[in-house]
Amino acid sequence: MTVGSTTFKQLHLQGVRREFDAFTALKGLDLTVERGEFIALLGPSGCGKTTALNCIAGLLPVSGGRIMLDDRRVDVLRPEERGFGMVFQNYALFPHMTVRKNIGFGLRMRGVPKPELEKRVDAALAAVRLESQAQKLPGQLSGGQQQRVAIARAIVVEPPLVLMDEPLSNLDAKLRLEMRQEIRRIHQSLGSTTIYVTHDQEEALSLADRIVVLRDGAIRQVGTPAELYALPAHLDVADFMGFRNRVDGELVGMEGENALLDIEGTVIRGRMRTAPAGGAAAGKAAVAAIRPDDLEPTGTADGIPVRVEAVEYRGRGFHGVGVTASGTELHFASPHPLERGAAIRLGADAGRVLVFGDAR
Amino acid sequence: MSAVMEGRADGPTLRQRLAARGIDGATLLVLPCVALILGLFIYPFLYGLMLSFEPKDGSLFGNYARFFSEPFLYGTIFKTLRLAFPVTLLNLLIAIPIAFRVRLLRRQRLLTTLLVLPITLGTVLVAEGMLFYFGPQGWFNRSLMAVGLLSTPVSVLNGYWGVFISLVLTGFPFTFLLTLSYVSGIDPSLENAAATLGAGPAARFREVFLPLLVPGLAITFCLSFVQAYSVLPSAVLVGDPANVTRVISIAAYQAAFEEYDYSMASAIAMIMGAVQLLVVVAVLGCRSLFYRGPAAGAKG
Ligand SMILES: Nc1ncnc2c1ncn2[C@@H]1O[C@H](COP(=O)(O)OP(=O)(O)OP(=O)(O)O)[C@@H](O)[C@H]1O
Ligand SMILES: [Mg+2]
Repeated sequence: MTVGSTTFKQLHLQGVRREFDAFTALKGLDLTVERGEFIALLGPSGCGKTTALNCIAGLLPVSGGRIMLDDRRVDVLRPEERGFGMVFQNYALFPHMTVRKNIGFGLRMRGVPKPELEKRVDAALAAVRLESQAQKLPGQLSGGQQQRVAIARAIVVEPPLVLMDEPLSNLDAKLRLEMRQEIRRIHQSLGSTTIYVTHDQEEALSLADRIVVLRDGAIRQVGTPAELYALPAHLDVADFMGFRNRVDGELVGMEGENALLDIEGTVIRGRMRTAPAGGAAAGKAAVAAIRPDDLEPTGTADGIPVRVEAVEYRGRGFHGVGVTASGTELHFASPHPLERGAAIRLGADAGRVLVFGDAR
Repeated sequence: MSAVMEGRADGPTLRQRLAARGIDGATLLVLPCVALILGLFIYPFLYGLMLSFEPKDGSLFGNYARFFSEPFLYGTIFKTLRLAFPVTLLNLLIAIPIAFRVRLLRRQRLLTTLLVLPITLGTVLVAEGMLFYFGPQGWFNRSLMAVGLLSTPVSVLNGYWGVFISLVLTGFPFTFLLTLSYVSGIDPSLENAAATLGAGPAARFREVFLPLLVPGLAITFCLSFVQAYSVLPSAVLVGDPANVTRVISIAAYQAAFEEYDYSMASAIAMIMGAVQLLVVVAVLGCRSLFYRGPAAGAKG
């Protein structure tokens, strides 16, 4: 009887640490996941996402901290005793078993009777659209097909907690969208809890109930997709949420909620997210973060002066790259085409500009 | 420019067509090997084969008829099998669990170096060492008597077990190193996947490792078996070469250098080769029932 085969209310990570010799891959994660929640673990390559999943699944022992299911401690259990489903980043399909056998493996290990096993494997094959490939060996499948077998193999046992490590990274755009919906649908129909690793912010935003942003082995921010999208609490998180423009400036004062930032002689308004060390006094350095879509030519004498470097057609409008007098590149959107080399001014709504005072 | 285009339109060049069949410049490098095999293996083999059909009595199959009619001769086949089979099996059975443990170690290099040593020492040196170690005044008997387990020295040597032990000692490192390379060739994430799917250690071994290992273990078995089957020095030095350890190579040796009947010796060598071949073919035949391919969970 695995712990995971019984249901739980909450999964707690309490100060989970993991060290590889002198290197600390996880620096004490604290997180509570509610039953039925879909959590996206978002972060750049090498930030410890896979390590975190491996610790939860029991494939890596933790170096410190505890993992609890309600009040039962699970970090001391072996992976087969935890019974969490896992989709591996490298698929880890059994090369000597057909697709059907691979998917049925977990059910067989749980002693599910043959007729029921066949029925559930069929359903899982249909869910990942691989009915026609059932008799093939993994080596005869494409990368994307292998990935879908890995998903089917993990979910067919209906584990209460599913861990997915970038399960859609190898699919084309269309199939990725389809599988995304399928994963969400399976998650809801099973009522399972899912922790989903990705470094694609769009995937995280569209799938997750809550997003956990990881950076260098530590949690930077936890929040709903809307919270993270509108108000990232940290410059790193803003980076992930599409705030592609980062402009250095100097604080000149406050105007209610908004900070006034001097950027190369132009003052712009933005929402203060993090204050500089020692308070938001004038003269302190700060960084403004702006999404390219929110930065537009003003057509007036206001805004940051740039010289247009490149303009690309993007269907609904144009995407431009401008360079300021000091050489900073700014990405912006424009409803109409612009001449290369033209001198324009760029501005954004105060609500769409985030000011971070603690950036290094 | 247009000539090139036309050349393409004609279809692949000779070189491309050869390459498609796996023949290219590098293939030529095989030639010295082929020459070597022809000179050192095929020619002596054919020569021996011919020789074996020219017995002293003049008939074509005289040697073979004699071999299979005299228990003293045909018995050697089974005496050798009785040694080689259990020894190879035992070596393999010990090697597998140890390889599974060692695969997780970090200092594998040191261990493998230590294990290569007995291979380089050779069977004669090991047999001599055993003569001292297991002799009446050797450590083995003395320590067992000191602990009180024995009252008089036992004679392990000069019999079946002497040769058995010597074959295990000299054969194990070889078997182990081959097994280890096969075991470490299996992607550890497969074991992880099986574990998250609820498979305990025994099930993981049975369902994942074993099927992936069988082809490699079959080859290991064959190579180790062939080695053990051609045992000669230890059968003489630490065995009972007149009776229980009168292995087939002793029969061949005696025919050649005591009776000076090279034709008979060749016939025995042929029979020995045939027995080995039979076992190897049987084992490799069973192997084809299993999956053979890369033991990794992902492609590319
Ligand atoms: N076995 C190991 N030994 C030493 N360091 C390791 C080991 N495994 C991972 N690391 C290190 O731990 C850090 C986190 O690795 P992890 O695999 O969790 O990254 P990740 O967030 O999954 O990245 P990616 O998105 O590229 O998969 C990396 O810096 C990596 O170098
Ligand atoms: Mg990873």
